Amino acid sequence: MVTTTALEEELLALAGSVPDPELPVLTLAELGVVRGVQLTAPGRVEVQLTPTYTGCPAIEAMSADIERVLHDHGIPDVEVRTVLSPPWTTDAITAEGRRKLAEFGIAPPRPTGPAGGPVAVDLTIRCPHCGSTDTTLLSRFSSTACKALRRCESCREPFDHFKEL
Amino acid sequence: MNVTATPALPLGDDALILSHRLGEWAGRAPVLEEEVALANIALDLLGQARVLLSLAGDEDELAFLREERQFRNLQLVEQPNGDFAHTIARQLYFSTYQELLFEHLAAGESELAPLAAKAVKEVAYHRDHAHQWTLRLGDGTDESHARMQHALDALWRFTGELFEPVEGLEAAPWPTLHDTWTTRITSTLEQATLTVPEGPQRGGWAAGAGRQGLHTEPFGRLLAEMQHLHRSHPGATW
Repeated sequence: MVTTTALEEELLALAGSVPDPELPVLTLAELGVVRGVQLTAPGRVEVQLTPTYTGCPAIEAMSADIERVLHDHGIPDVEVRTVLSPPWTTDAITAEGRRKLAEFGIAPPRPTGPAGGPVAVDLTIRCPHCGSTDTTLLSRFSSTACKALRRCESCREPFDHFKEL
Repeated sequence: MNVTATPALPLGDDALILSHRLGEWAGRAPVLEEEVALANIALDLLGQARVLLSLAGDEDELAFLREERQFRNLQLVEQPNGDFAHTIARQLYFSTYQELLFEHLAAGESELAPLAAKAVKEVAYHRDHAHQWTLRLGDGTDESHARMQHALDALWRFTGELFEPVEGLEAAPWPTLHDTWTTRITSTLEQATLTVPEGPQRGGWAAGAGRQGLHTEPFGRLLAEMQHLHRSHPGATW
């Protein structure tokens, strides 16, 4: 059992408060990508960060931002380590994170099914602009790997959907 | 160059080389949405390649400083993009294979398991993308049907190599993977009103040869383009 000190809790909250570089409405904590912070020696911490997608180019900016925030908080030696296991899932996005995504014009991911199930593409996805459920898929891949491009048939606006992973 | 003997090397080479091929579509895809989709799939594959090659050595040295004979990727992934149907046929064959292999690896305990468990979810979208396009092209116009069938036939001889046991992964159930692959490909092609190619699944001159470092003629030009900048400006950064 790994115990967490009050300082580690504080540093975890700080690391988690960093905005996502591509979706700045979300914090890294709301995205669910900061796995832990450990004080390994006085003035030295290790942060575990998990990528949304294996090739996510934002991971380097996230690491740099976490290092900067913790340096500013008086930690001279910060190592951000990328961990893959267990794999990140869109279920790790918090309820507050989902609300912010929708407010930002991105349809949040639906809860994922059991592992190994088929890729869900046909269930209703609500338009973040007008709330209509009459939306259609334009492309499985959109502005980033984690989003799909859809169009609302009611208000005719295209929108991004954070697709389930 | 220090290279660790690990199956991460051939699997990383598959991802790297296919990523590069898909990247060649940038600026040339038939519609903007497809340009973005192919670039996103390429990015997923590049992420896999970076993790896998880092298990074998220095990712940049491995990608940019090896000679052709030192690459262990399948010949399938180095095949030129051809028309859009060729790219989709290559995607269908490869993503179906990769999903099955990564499902197997994700269930194991090897050093490849964490990456496989992560990547298999991304690859499910790659396979779905290829599946949907195969349906549209196969069950589309006479022209799209003919081109899709031609592409499937042309790449068929590179599919036998997929199931040659990878060094270090001899224990994987290769014949079972091959059977499941055939079932899935057959199902997609039948839905798309296409015919499963009947020819041999490998050319007599190069059975499983990509894994041994023997590559087809277009691969040299791919490497020249991919490695040129790094070799011309060693150590350059931006």
